[in-house]
Amino acid sequence: MKPKVAFYWCASCGGCEEAVVDLDEEILNVVQAVDIVFWPVALDFKEKDIEAMDDGSIAISFINGAVRTTEQRRMAILLREKSRLVVAFGSCAQLGGVPGLANLTTREAILHEVYAGGPVPALEHRENGFALTLPELFDTVFPLERAIPVDYYVPGCPPSQKIIAAAIGTLLGDSLPPPGTVLAPERAMCDECPRRDSHPEELHIGRFRRVPEVAIDPDTCILAQGVACLGPATRSGCGSRCINGNMPCTGCFGPTSRVRDYGAKALCSVASIIGSSDSHEIDEVLNGLADPVGLFYRYSLPSSFLERKRTE
Amino acid sequence: MATATSIESKRRITIDPITRLEGHGKIEIFLDSKGDVERAFFQVPELRGFEKFAQGRQAEDMPQITSRICGVCPTAHHMASTKALDALYGVTPPPAARKIRELVYNTFMVEDHALHFYFLGGPDFVVGPTAPAAERNVLGVIAKVGVETATKVIAMRRRLRELMALAAGKPIHPVFGVPGGVAKALSRENAEQFRIVADEAVQFARFTLGLFEKVVLANSGYVDLIRSDLFTHRTYYMGLVDEKNHVNFYHGQLRVVLPDGAEWARFSPDRYQDFIAEHAEPWSYMKFCYLKTPGWRGFADGPQSGIYCVAPLARLNAADGMATPLAHEAYLKYCGTLGKPVHQTLANHWARLVELLYAAERMKQLADDPEITDTTVRAIPTAAPREGIGVVEAPRGTLFHHYQTDEHGLITKANLIVATQNNAARIAMGIDKVARGLVKASTVDDGILNMVEMAFRAYDPCLGCATHALPGSMPLFVLLRGPNGAVLTTLRRDGDGAIHRD
Repeated sequence: MKPKVAFYWCASCGGCEEAVVDLDEEILNVVQAVDIVFWPVALDFKEKDIEAMDDGSIAISFINGAVRTTEQRRMAILLREKSRLVVAFGSCAQLGGVPGLANLTTREAILHEVYAGGPVPALEHRENGFALTLPELFDTVFPLERAIPVDYYVPGCPPSQKIIAAAIGTLLGDSLPPPGTVLAPERAMCDECPRRDSHPEELHIGRFRRVPEVAIDPDTCILAQGVACLGPATRSGCGSRCINGNMPCTGCFGPTSRVRDYGAKALCSVASIIGSSDSHEIDEVLNGLADPVGLFYRYSLPSSFLERKRTE
Repeated sequence: MATATSIESKRRITIDPITRLEGHGKIEIFLDSKGDVERAFFQVPELRGFEKFAQGRQAEDMPQITSRICGVCPTAHHMASTKALDALYGVTPPPAARKIRELVYNTFMVEDHALHFYFLGGPDFVVGPTAPAAERNVLGVIAKVGVETATKVIAMRRRLRELMALAAGKPIHPVFGVPGGVAKALSRENAEQFRIVADEAVQFARFTLGLFEKVVLANSGYVDLIRSDLFTHRTYYMGLVDEKNHVNFYHGQLRVVLPDGAEWARFSPDRYQDFIAEHAEPWSYMKFCYLKTPGWRGFADGPQSGIYCVAPLARLNAADGMATPLAHEAYLKYCGTLGKPVHQTLANHWARLVELLYAAERMKQLADDPEITDTTVRAIPTAAPREGIGVVEAPRGTLFHHYQTDEHGLITKANLIVATQNNAARIAMGIDKVARGLVKASTVDDGILNMVEMAFRAYDPCLGCATHALPGSMPLFVLLRGPNGAVLTTLRRDGDGAIHRD
């Protein structure tokens, strides 16, 4: 019997789904190797069908998206019960992702902004005998592992085709890696960067430059050009796609496993190349980094030590 | 998905989640004592708050942050955002940059429109509106059109996305848009690759239109369905047009036509707030756009109501034709068959394929332009950032990004009107109308439910922009409840496509 596999999404953009479709012809091999028992976006199985299954009867559940509603948490718990392995798929599930930037504000502030201070949609609404409900948003967005235990992680926003294919191969193989493994290389982005040779031995930045003010040279190390590139702090495996697009790494593959807090690591790697020890000069250098949280924690705020903006 | 609610209510039919679209949505159909439909509600049960957490971000990061609104149409958000940055910094991209952007954008439009026809909406016609659910998906399309065609579709899609990676970094969440241009010039070698694929895309689009004619237009039952009053609303229509009033996805003026087809307004997109406002309802997280002057008159069509429509059908209504020869020919045939303006929602499927051909031809024009390989692709801004509006035609309709910043270029205010919001009121009306027309005396079957879903699917909606586009249908679970909340009948649509009555 073929192993059973489930796909599910939480708070995400659909890019992880597209990334699976982007396996192109290879998706046909995947479909042949496994029995997909749940994929709400593509197949007709329901929550009820999953509930009816024996615990542990699904080999692998791939879950993408951060968790921000009670429904998403409920579905994650259900899939955990039914699955022998759960994989946090993509940076939102692994680290909180871009939707996790909502932790810089509050649910009430979001509702106030979106509905311009007017009435906000009701969780329970009655009108002429019509009773309508909406799901509740959590005040804090969190990564999948705060909702359920997670066995493995596939990084990236979105994960690259190479990483996805390798992860599926590994998990369907005979020898599983240790629990908690991130299924991508344990190397920094810089190690696979096509511009690696132009990275100076000693790098000292006199001023960080923002994208609007600089035409990035297409051949040399982006960090050496004074543009904040997070390659030194970021796990490899993406295929250097942003670098090939002549733009800096923004850290979507997260940290290598030696690092607990990606943003802190990224901050250290950038701070360590500031070419001054004078505090006024350092301030000048840092003027080019106008939004440190958005730069260093763009994909990982909910999983960081900071987690969210303090509300008290 | 479980659909029961705890609060007491009139009898209802719940469709949750609705399927073969991008994002989460739900339909609640309330029945009167005879079991006829009293009212159907179209709900969007999600909200992520991008406009709020954009505040404090560097403006130049917005093209990459806002692309995460939607992983299916990230290129649309990326491009609207990049154009907003041009305006914000008061900078004009060099000609090559402008052309590279439009080339990538049209490449994306070919891919995305084809995706909808073969994977999402097309099955309703190619396979059939009331065909068994198990066949009414991309697999059914393959069975109908043959494996050879299916292989052609997969290969075409892959090649288009490879090109997007070449020019834009990543097809999902591109990185090439910067204020005043693009991050990277297009090499001669890459331009040649675009030319080759553009030729194939034109052939592919013609083939797809031919398929539509053969499968849909040659079937009088389908044509009757498209023309039926059930799927018809007479609203305003809006779309970007060029100086000749031809459809353009990347730039132009916004043109709005009245339900009778006459021009009602033609304005620069940065004046959108003079024309468009948003209405909120307590039962959905999605806001409903309307035209300010007629105003919000509830869920009603006609010239007295401010409800308007965007996306392929509306773009063709708002324009006088297509800017490329083959697409214009296809446009004339479309109008010759259906008249103009076209009010029939299901004609969106046809209009989308006319646009598919235009996008492919436009790709070809741009790839053939020698200027596109010019290496000057950036203009460095000198002005201080203040405020910028960027507008494109996303596959699913007009998309607005509007930013204000402080003197450091940090976002202080972001207003985003996503394509489907423009259509939200018309979609809600459409679902209500089809439900009222088809659900009688509590009688429901899978075919009827699918026809209710076809009322939104034709728009290729992207709900709340948490988009999820993939082949096939999603779980469908319908409960008929009595006045006391007790379940009268449960309908399930299973993986085998069969409808089970529990």
